[in-house]
Amino acid sequence: MEWSWERIPAEYLVTDVFVCRQGKVGKRKGFLHVKRGRVEGLGVGAPTLEGVPVLDGGGLVLAPGFVDLHVHFREPGGEEKETVASGSRAAAAGGFTSVVTMPNTDPAIDNAGMVRYLIQRGNEAGLVRVFPTGAVSPGRRGEGMCEFGAMVEAGAVGFTDDGSPVRDGSLMSGALKYAGHLGVPVITHAEDTTITGGGCMHAGYWSARLGLAGMPRAGEDAAVFRDIELARAAGGHLHVAHVSTKGAVEIIRRAKAEGVRVTAEATPHHFSLDHARCRDFSPLFKMSPPLREPDDVNAVAEGLADGTIDCIATDHAPHTATEKEYQFDQAPFGVVGLETAFAVGVTYLVRTGVLDLGGLVACLAERPARVLNLPAGGLDEGGEADFVLLDPEQEWTVQAADLRSRSRNSAYLGETLRGRVKATFLRGRLTWRDRLGVQE
Amino acid sequence: MILQRKDVLGLEDLSAEEILGTLDIAGRFRAVFDRPVRSVPIMRGRTVVNFFHEPSTRTRISFELAEKRLSADIVNFSTVDSSFKKGETLRDTAENLAAMKIDMLVIRHSSSGAARYLAEVLKCSVINAGDGAHEHPTQGLLDIMTMRQRLGDLRGRKVTIIGDIAHSRVARSNIWGLTKLGAEVTLCGPPTMVPGALAKLGEHVKVEHDLKRAVADADVLNVLRIQLERGAGKAFPGNREYHRMYGITGDVVRGLKPEAFIMHPGPMNRDVEIASEVADGPRQVILDQVANGVAVRMALIYLLSGGDPGALAGGAQ
Ligand SMILES: [Zn+2]
Repeated sequence: MEWSWERIPAEYLVTDVFVCRQGKVGKRKGFLHVKRGRVEGLGVGAPTLEGVPVLDGGGLVLAPGFVDLHVHFREPGGEEKETVASGSRAAAAGGFTSVVTMPNTDPAIDNAGMVRYLIQRGNEAGLVRVFPTGAVSPGRRGEGMCEFGAMVEAGAVGFTDDGSPVRDGSLMSGALKYAGHLGVPVITHAEDTTITGGGCMHAGYWSARLGLAGMPRAGEDAAVFRDIELARAAGGHLHVAHVSTKGAVEIIRRAKAEGVRVTAEATPHHFSLDHARCRDFSPLFKMSPPLREPDDVNAVAEGLADGTIDCIATDHAPHTATEKEYQFDQAPFGVVGLETAFAVGVTYLVRTGVLDLGGLVACLAERPARVLNLPAGGLDEGGEADFVLLDPEQEWTVQAADLRSRSRNSAYLGETLRGRVKATFLRGRLTWRDRLGVQE
Repeated sequence: MILQRKDVLGLEDLSAEEILGTLDIAGRFRAVFDRPVRSVPIMRGRTVVNFFHEPSTRTRISFELAEKRLSADIVNFSTVDSSFKKGETLRDTAENLAAMKIDMLVIRHSSSGAARYLAEVLKCSVINAGDGAHEHPTQGLLDIMTMRQRLGDLRGRKVTIIGDIAHSRVARSNIWGLTKLGAEVTLCGPPTMVPGALAKLGEHVKVEHDLKRAVADADVLNVLRIQLERGAGKAFPGNREYHRMYGITGDVVRGLKPEAFIMHPGPMNRDVEIASEVADGPRQVILDQVANGVAVRMALIYLLSGGDPGALAGGAQ
């Protein structure tokens, strides 16, 4: 039987690939054997199996499907920006086979029925595993706790009021204790809004020069510190979303050394771009937390390299063109990131020598899965065949028209990046094949 | 050509030559003011739109007068009294303006960067009449013109700007323009209003929170209006405290160099940032600033619409 991209067979071999697992890229070419959506075998060389079609990988890197712990799919309530279906397409194009959705939809994901609904929408789209998080408080109002027990039973993998912090410290403390006993973390959007309130970019030289209100680092550092101390006392698991300051990296590093149960993620934009990008007032560089200073960018990259920051998460935050056409101070926070995450990692971490390719893939696959204990992110015999084919050398220019997301608010538009996701497979089935530059 | 550009969005963008060239033309227009017929037909048949997204009386009147003296057709609108509703993006506004086939747009907007955005999407010339806390280039030019009338060359001259620098577009335009002309700029006010990062704007920009030290060897004090509604008690405790610490009083003025003078962009808060005795005293040049404001705006409109300085030399002198 011949390999066919159009009709992926139930059993096939991928050969002529460098298999990348557990932080290492194989030195010799190897293979992956897929049967009925599972990994039947993998290793070096190329076995001959009578009658099994062979996909020639052409020397690409074969890695586990990526896992994103932080996406905003905007459904329900923000379907003009993104839906579970369109977000899933963007995820697949970025090499992701699992995503964790944030609950700041309208209405918020604050009960078990909403959790089940999102999982069902994910299954209908069928391109990526959708793991919802639930809100800490009903309506994300910061008062009282949602029914964590029922929501975990329905499939929630963590709790967060992301988009906003949990201002009330005693609520945060209770949530950490209560979620901890259910075996899931509280994910903190660490921001003391009494410090950052009214700001629209990092407080520093560029905010002073441009005349834009600043968000000081202290707003993030203080909130990370508070939540870590609450977690230390509560004994629960705290996961810090989108770390952006060198201070926060240092606080997390110390807490980990002292045995606090804290994990952390960083976004591609925070390890690649700094606040000087705001110089032309483009809202494509407006995020929360904001783009910071070069030494913060370096500290975040170093945090990923030494494991202080556990993984890369995109904080994929779609906004319609209209929303991003408001003036910088009026525009909403956030940028899309699923489709550029791998390339930004190759360009800004691998090519700069901060991580090797194996390390980058671990930050996108195994390490995030471990943070939330997700059944994803690995490639093991008998496990599900979620995998990607990567070309770490291919250069490409980010163009709005090529993006699969319903929104095009990328901070990398027009930028030439290196590293391309050539194909993505979920349970052995093709969810994305790169057509960039291919004449049809 | 004195201005090699479509728009004037900030003094950060202008070269020293462009600033001096513009002020030279403004000086010639200033001479026209003393003639019985104060208008020149330079902009006849051209349409200038004054789009004010933020209340402003002085700047708008100054622009209108400049446009009238150049014989332009003028359209005024402000978001306060028009159908340009909240929620409409600046792009919608821009498209409306473009459809009206105008020659020039003067914009005042509460968001930093708004003038630049419109300049990018519109074919016509755009003059920034103040965007957020970013720049107010015509105010910067009129301030510099006023200083040069008294001091001549500004190289090595010391200008102290006092007030809420963090929120001041006037301060930023002053800083860019003055440093390009070789002046030394001292920024003074409480640390809540004068972030240290501003000292990095130029080699000859320094931050000094102590008023006495800041004004000791100054040639000019540029005293900014304190926004009473800003800060909500977090930036400074109140007007009385501000006046005590940073108010320009008779005592402060008596300690200045004898030829030093005092500027204020108006409108003044008497006995907050400036004592009445100083506001009404002999050392202030506030009315010169107002007159120069019209001349500077005439010069910019004239130069951006392709005016030939040579032709003006014959007509206006
Ligand atoms: Zn967040």
